[in-house]
Amino acid sequence: MWKKLINSRFAPAYVPILILIVWQLLGQFEWISSRTMPTPLKVAEAAYKLTISGDLFRYIWSSSQRAFIGFVIGGGIGFLLGLLNGMSQTANRLLDSTVQMIRNVPHLALIPLVILWFGIGETSKIFLVILGVFFPIYLNTVHGIRSVDSGLIEMGRVYGLRRSALYRHVILPGAVSSILVGVRYALGFMWLTLIVAETISANSGIGYMAMNAREFMRLDVVVLAIILYAILGKLSDTAAKLLEQALLSWHPTYVRQKSVKRRGTQ
Amino acid sequence: MMVNTKSGARLIVDHVSKHFGETPVLQDVTLDIPAGQFVAIVGRSGCGKSTLLRLIAGLEEATNGSMNLAGSLIAGIREETRMLFQDARLLPWKSCVDNVSVVMKSGTREQALDSLRQVGLADKAEEWPSVLSGGQRQRVALARALTGTPSLLLLDEPLGALDALTRLDMQGLIEDIWKERLFTAILVTHDVSEAVALADRVILIENGSIALDIHITLDRPRERDNDFVYFERLILDRLLERNSGERKHARDVVYSI
Repeated sequence: MWKKLINSRFAPAYVPILILIVWQLLGQFEWISSRTMPTPLKVAEAAYKLTISGDLFRYIWSSSQRAFIGFVIGGGIGFLLGLLNGMSQTANRLLDSTVQMIRNVPHLALIPLVILWFGIGETSKIFLVILGVFFPIYLNTVHGIRSVDSGLIEMGRVYGLRRSALYRHVILPGAVSSILVGVRYALGFMWLTLIVAETISANSGIGYMAMNAREFMRLDVVVLAIILYAILGKLSDTAAKLLEQALLSWHPTYVRQKSVKRRGTQ
Repeated sequence: MMVNTKSGARLIVDHVSKHFGETPVLQDVTLDIPAGQFVAIVGRSGCGKSTLLRLIAGLEEATNGSMNLAGSLIAGIREETRMLFQDARLLPWKSCVDNVSVVMKSGTREQALDSLRQVGLADKAEEWPSVLSGGQRQRVALARALTGTPSLLLLDEPLGALDALTRLDMQGLIEDIWKERLFTAILVTHDVSEAVALADRVILIENGSIALDIHITLDRPRERDNDFVYFERLILDRLLERNSGERKHARDVVYSI
């Protein structure tokens, strides 16, 4: 019985469900004042109303849009620069220390400057997200390319793989697992940056929804916004994991998983 | 089977030396290897045998001297030279058949499969290298080396990491393919009996120069009989710097410990 419960595929959901139940009970019996924390049911009600009005999806949509655009641009630049610095010693000597200097400035500290530059429109938020996702992807791309097995590169050269073929077949695939670690970090930074950027200045998005609700003491909506961020963060992490499984299907970890699954279905 | 029009190439190593910084690794090595010969290079670790192989492969440049393959100077990596490394060096993110086909200039998947069939691994074509055994990986590497119909095959202790039985299997396979394809083969090994089992000629390298160069005049397939043991002992004695009289003495010392 216990074993079955623990091995169930829903096992990771047990703790969150338990927390919800305790939270509801504590609120219901007024152990926690509703001014401190609304009950889960109240939050669900707020979610329902906002869904009906359509506001909820509009906010989620505009937040996700910012996140996505910022991620693609920042990740793209980080990947290309990482590729360049990973492959060329000269480029690395010229550029890397500058990048490291910028990296050590907390990018959220730039918010006043960014607002002065770009105002409080979309550009400033996307700019901050770009800064947030750039560094993890840059660092892990450089590291991934550097740590490709030199024996494999030598093999490629002996077997006549020239520049582009060598990158396509040997160096890039060898760096993928490290780059994906960078992607997962970057996704975390992406939401973090966006939350902060949206609470400071926005007229749409989940952060705006939370700040707006605060003005009217709508705690249920504030908590809803927090939960939405948790869900979106989890979703993007799951997407990154799926990407990992697809791109690293050769990796011993995933090969083993596959065979276990096969045995399980028999 | 693949059509094979090319055969082996003659390799001439002419007064070659190699220094790493101030340290000499090879000193004035001269060799003439006729086309299609199977040569084994033996020696203690660090004697320079692997360096010689890397020079022949064009992976490193000689400090002095020159090398000549099939009439032209070796000045870098060449297409007709293929190399088998101690670790198979398969790309872990490509299936076996893709590992073979990735190095083919104008090959089809069919040809890659043919190559795998020749080493007896056609049924593993779609597997990842990580699920293969050490011997199977080395066989895939061999299939990969053979796709370009090389005229010179360099083997850098490719069987060193395998267990004894797998090693015997692989030796048989390499010998069969060599007999069929007629390429020139140079095997670097520290296993004297492997050298005697496979090679037409065994070269012993000591402190960066050739100490012994003997032809193994045994018929193929080789049995491990008295003649085999004669050659094996001849090389081992030279390698361990002992003569027949000394050996008895050496054994006494061992017993007295």
